[in-house]
Amino acid sequence: MAENFEQHSDISAADLARLSQEAQAEATPSTAKIIWSEFKADRPAMAALFIIVGFIVFVMVGALFINTPKMMETNIMAYFNQPFTPEFWLGADSGGRSVAKQLIVGSRNSIGIAIGLTIISSTFGICWGLISGYFNGYIDWGMQRVYDFMMMLPMTMMIIVLVTIIPHYNSVTLTFIFSIFYWEGTSRLIRSRTLAEAEKDYVAASRTSGTSHWKIIFREIMPNISSLIIVDCTLSFAENIGVETGLSYLGFGLPSQTPSLGTMISNANDPNNITQYWWTWLPAALEIIILCLAISYVGQVLRRAADASQRQGAAD
Amino acid sequence: MWKTILRRFLIMIPEVIILSLLVFLLAKAMPGDPFTGSINPKADPQQIKHLMRMNGLYDPWYQQYWNWVVHLFHGNLGNSYQYQEPVTRLIEGRAGNTLWLALFTMILTYVFALPMGVFAGRHEGKLPDTIIRVYTYVTYCIPFFVILVIGIWIFGYVLGWFPTTGSISSDASGWLHTVGSRFYHILLPGLLGALFSTVNIVQYLRSEVIDAKHSDYVRTARSKGVPNRDIYLHHIFRNSLLPIAAFAGYSITGLLNGSIFTETVFSYPGMGLLFVNSISYRDYTVITALVLIYGILNLLGTLLSDIILSIVDPRIRIE
Repeated sequence: MAENFEQHSDISAADLARLSQEAQAEATPSTAKIIWSEFKADRPAMAALFIIVGFIVFVMVGALFINTPKMMETNIMAYFNQPFTPEFWLGADSGGRSVAKQLIVGSRNSIGIAIGLTIISSTFGICWGLISGYFNGYIDWGMQRVYDFMMMLPMTMMIIVLVTIIPHYNSVTLTFIFSIFYWEGTSRLIRSRTLAEAEKDYVAASRTSGTSHWKIIFREIMPNISSLIIVDCTLSFAENIGVETGLSYLGFGLPSQTPSLGTMISNANDPNNITQYWWTWLPAALEIIILCLAISYVGQVLRRAADASQRQGAAD
Repeated sequence: MWKTILRRFLIMIPEVIILSLLVFLLAKAMPGDPFTGSINPKADPQQIKHLMRMNGLYDPWYQQYWNWVVHLFHGNLGNSYQYQEPVTRLIEGRAGNTLWLALFTMILTYVFALPMGVFAGRHEGKLPDTIIRVYTYVTYCIPFFVILVIGIWIFGYVLGWFPTTGSISSDASGWLHTVGSRFYHILLPGLLGALFSTVNIVQYLRSEVIDAKHSDYVRTARSKGVPNRDIYLHHIFRNSLLPIAAFAGYSITGLLNGSIFTETVFSYPGMGLLFVNSISYRDYTVITALVLIYGILNLLGTLLSDIILSIVDPRIRIE
């Protein structure tokens, strides 16, 4: 390329090297770099990020060392053991089961489902939004009617009904059931951005030069809205933690022998537990609050990084 | 205008049909049959089969669906197997509770959100704006059921300010006392629901006010010498009132979805709690009726919002 260029122009090789170096220095930094500098500029965000990553790694690894069926065995001797004792750091519940251990395994299950749900529903929502926004016209109209219909369904009720219909469900089927109903938000966001993006000149140019539709959608438009996708995934991850825990709280999520943050909070349904034995449910509730706040705080920082006018760390 | 509304109605019809079909098929797929539990457990299986045949449960599904729809149009949703009572009467008794709670929550949401939105927009970038932004952000990202549980723990049990179960106290007598007791029971769930769902209205109103602040009509008003307070109240606020009102329809969806959690936590005898109980008893006539009602209410909510928005914004009508 360089030699070819030299033959047709009178710029010397040294100049070319200098020019390309200058261009590289002036070019927009990569997305990863922008995000990193944004985190460096915002200390609390950095702390939130470390808390989230550290906590997720801790529960994932910690849960491996806990024998779940053994942990869930009833132990009458430890009936509502007080918290802050050497054997039970966070006390024990009505079955004498260690709250601290349940919290670790429960967090692993709940966070795992939230991650799976985010991956599946976001992938689907992104594809739906991209296709619907790009092929304006009849395809979009049809897809919008499906979207309207899904929005009309009473989500929580439908999930509960589906859970009762499926005979032997586990965390994987549960994640899929949730995913059926939680892609709408993402798809609408992506669609509206794609509609704007598809009007742009580079799409028209690419189309006239014969690029296939799928290549335009997934190789050209999608990278251009990647920052939006990252932000949306983070924020919906925070929301999705509430989905499984909420249903488990009602008793329609994970089966009762599989600990989850939601089933732990449902200990509070018993008027005795809620006041006298607060340690059976309060730690799980606080954990959900802290996790959700931290994750969406990170999401806010990512959103700032995606919007050049709001950046705080881009000055360096 | 009327054309838009008519078109929205026409789109609704297939949606309702598909919804009813879906609900019906899901109910059919639910495990268990309605008779095993309701009659003597020692009953002859032959007899149960006979009962099921008498009730048309062995007919082909489309025949059953058709019967169900015909009954539906006659206002007959069947009998609840758990309560041995017509479903319509069962729901009638509880729909009021749910709708009152939802209405109360919605009014409170507006009461809190409107001043906050205007205030935040007026003091854009200053301390009050930051505080309101942090507040909406925190309330938005915490799962609602966790808030309910912690709320009932602090205000219901520890401080004892509010009742923790039911919709009315058992010793309420007389008109005034009854209304007062009902209101007392929805106060805490209503307050929690309102304080934690302001985010949409506040953010919309805030950006609307910030936009309007720099617009020509506000500058004209200001140069005429209209006091600052009146500009915000009568000029800016009134302009953004209709789109804000349109949020009411959409928020019905959210409130109904939340009612399942609210009513479970507060043991409040509404449709949400009825649904949760019916699921445990596999009382599927009640379940189908409730899913259908919630779906149709959602649909009407969205319809309301769309109509208001199309009145406000003519561009929507043309599309």
